[in-house]
Amino acid sequence: MKTTPLFAASALKKTPSGIVGFDELTGGGLPQGRSTLLAGGAGSGKTIFALQFLVHGARDFKEPGMFVAFEESPKRIVANLEGFSWNVADLQTKNRLFFLDAQPAPDLIQAGDFDLSGMLAVLGAQAKAMAARRIVFDALDILLALLPDAAARRREVHRLHEWLLSSGLTAIITAKAGVEDIGSQSFGVLQFMVDCAVVLNHRVVLGVSQRNLRVLKYRGSGFDENESPFVIGRTGFDVAIAHASKRTNGKVSHERVTSGITRLDTMLGGGYYRAASVLITGFPGTAKTTLSGAFAEAACRRGERTMFVSFDSDGAEVIRNLTSVGIRLERCVKNGRLKMISARTITGSAETLLVRIKSLAIEHGTRCLVIDPISALSTAGNELTAHGVVDRLIDWAKADGITLVCTSLIDETSNGKTINAPLQISSLADTWIHLNYLVQAGERNRGLSIIKSRGTSHSNQVRELILSDSGVTLADIYTAGGDVLMGTLRWEKEGAERLANDVAEVEGKLRRVTLDAEEGELQVRLKSLQTELVAKQVEKTLLARTTASHKGQITKGRRRLRQLRGGDLNTPEPR
Amino acid sequence: MNRRSVFKFRLYTADGTQNSAQALANLTALCRSHLPDRYEIEVVDVFREPERARADGIRMTPTLIKLSPAPPCRIVGALNQSQSVLLALGIEVIAA
Repeated sequence: MKTTPLFAASALKKTPSGIVGFDELTGGGLPQGRSTLLAGGAGSGKTIFALQFLVHGARDFKEPGMFVAFEESPKRIVANLEGFSWNVADLQTKNRLFFLDAQPAPDLIQAGDFDLSGMLAVLGAQAKAMAARRIVFDALDILLALLPDAAARRREVHRLHEWLLSSGLTAIITAKAGVEDIGSQSFGVLQFMVDCAVVLNHRVVLGVSQRNLRVLKYRGSGFDENESPFVIGRTGFDVAIAHASKRTNGKVSHERVTSGITRLDTMLGGGYYRAASVLITGFPGTAKTTLSGAFAEAACRRGERTMFVSFDSDGAEVIRNLTSVGIRLERCVKNGRLKMISARTITGSAETLLVRIKSLAIEHGTRCLVIDPISALSTAGNELTAHGVVDRLIDWAKADGITLVCTSLIDETSNGKTINAPLQISSLADTWIHLNYLVQAGERNRGLSIIKSRGTSHSNQVRELILSDSGVTLADIYTAGGDVLMGTLRWEKEGAERLANDVAEVEGKLRRVTLDAEEGELQVRLKSLQTELVAKQVEKTLLARTTASHKGQITKGRRRLRQLRGGDLNTPEPR
Repeated sequence: MNRRSVFKFRLYTADGTQNSAQALANLTALCRSHLPDRYEIEVVDVFREPERARADGIRMTPTLIKLSPAPPCRIVGALNQSQSVLLALGIEVIAA
């Protein structure tokens, strides 16, 4: 056997595992040219993890891989992988994947001590022939159990280790074990030999299966030490990471998208921001679905691909129900822009749901996403994880530029004064619209208010939400003497006000008419008086002239008389 | 079984390991005492001929394959428990 080369230069090199999320957790993947122990109970997903690592290498990185199966026959393993979109058979024929059946034969006769050299020799030759870069030893514990004593186990693990180091292959060794077993004797050796150890857990909490993964150690590298939930989907593993790294560099959009209700847009100062997360909370029946439906319809009208995930009812039901308020979604479904998902058919943990929603959304090319209601994620058994799931949902939507509208149910029994949305999403959401009922004068009316809307000026007013067969609209509410009036009361108040207006208007008209009449009368009087005045003036002038001529006549007459009488002309005139 | 039939063995060994050396020694000793002059042993080193080891499905070393007489059988280990080895190989113990 060759001596172990020192991989000083490559000590920190990492091989991408191809497992979504895992590479982020470990800052790049598995230690290159070293071995990783993958421990976990039965059915925790060890084999799938390991195979995904091989398939990824063989398919995407031109790194052929070998799979050593101690527990299951390779044929069965390949058959079991049909469910994944991996095309393992094709990789096998192209000689990029090699399966070695290393199951101990059931009729194996064992007489005395043995070692693994035979297998390692075969593998060595195969690795050389196919230029393998990756290798998986699946269920090494089965083989170790055959060895007679702890000393032999230690020796063989050591042999394997030496061989791996000299081969330079990046290895995964899986073993059935819980976290507590890993410290035990035979595993102890394994654990010290590997550079990286990962534990997979599969727990059932209140009947809901929860899977998670934890990196136990990673020599020479930092890693996320927390348990990270994961699910196994069609493409394989999906490890949930708390914060997508691309989020930090996410673009911030100033573009506005309509909420589907014109007056609501006005209240929000122009609509939602693109890629914002909008939370609509409310008691049952406060028209949360309607509001989100209006958003979806508007998005489809703009030609954006939209996905509507409904937990409460079937997609067709939602469409029918929304038609009654003038929101017509069926043509959006027909032209392929809208995808209705009935999430009741998806079973599993909150994590599974998230992964399903994500993959469906990506498949559809979704720009706008509605989840109705998001509180469905925190059903029994999911309380602990749901918060993280919603966190990641919002992160993911942001990073991908998807405008997200979530509705959330508020328990009607809870105190209506302190609105506490479940899952604490209220703090994560950018815009939070709250819908509530106002019970007054024997009727229930819907009120809408914006609790917060980051980065937009928004109305502080409560509006009444009115649903009619022609659509959804908002109406101003009346506040009278500190009371908020809605519904019939608002209508009555509006009516009363209209009436009062009418009366005032009529009164005004009447008054004007009277004034007009009075004015007219005065003007007539003014005119007649003016005429009279002119007459008098004429009369006066006339009088003056008459008097003057009369006087002249008298003077003339007297003078003539005196002449005639032959009197003194200079005699003063008698007065 | 024909008492005079020749036993053909193929022993896969890994050069340099104690188990393999032991197995070869044990097998030779066993044949000498129980099958004098009617045995053939072929020793194959897995590191030198991995292709043969693969073809024969060898996983652990040492592995002894009895090729004839029928039925063929294979035994894994250092062959130090001679009674069980003899039994497995179907060799009648010659009464001393």
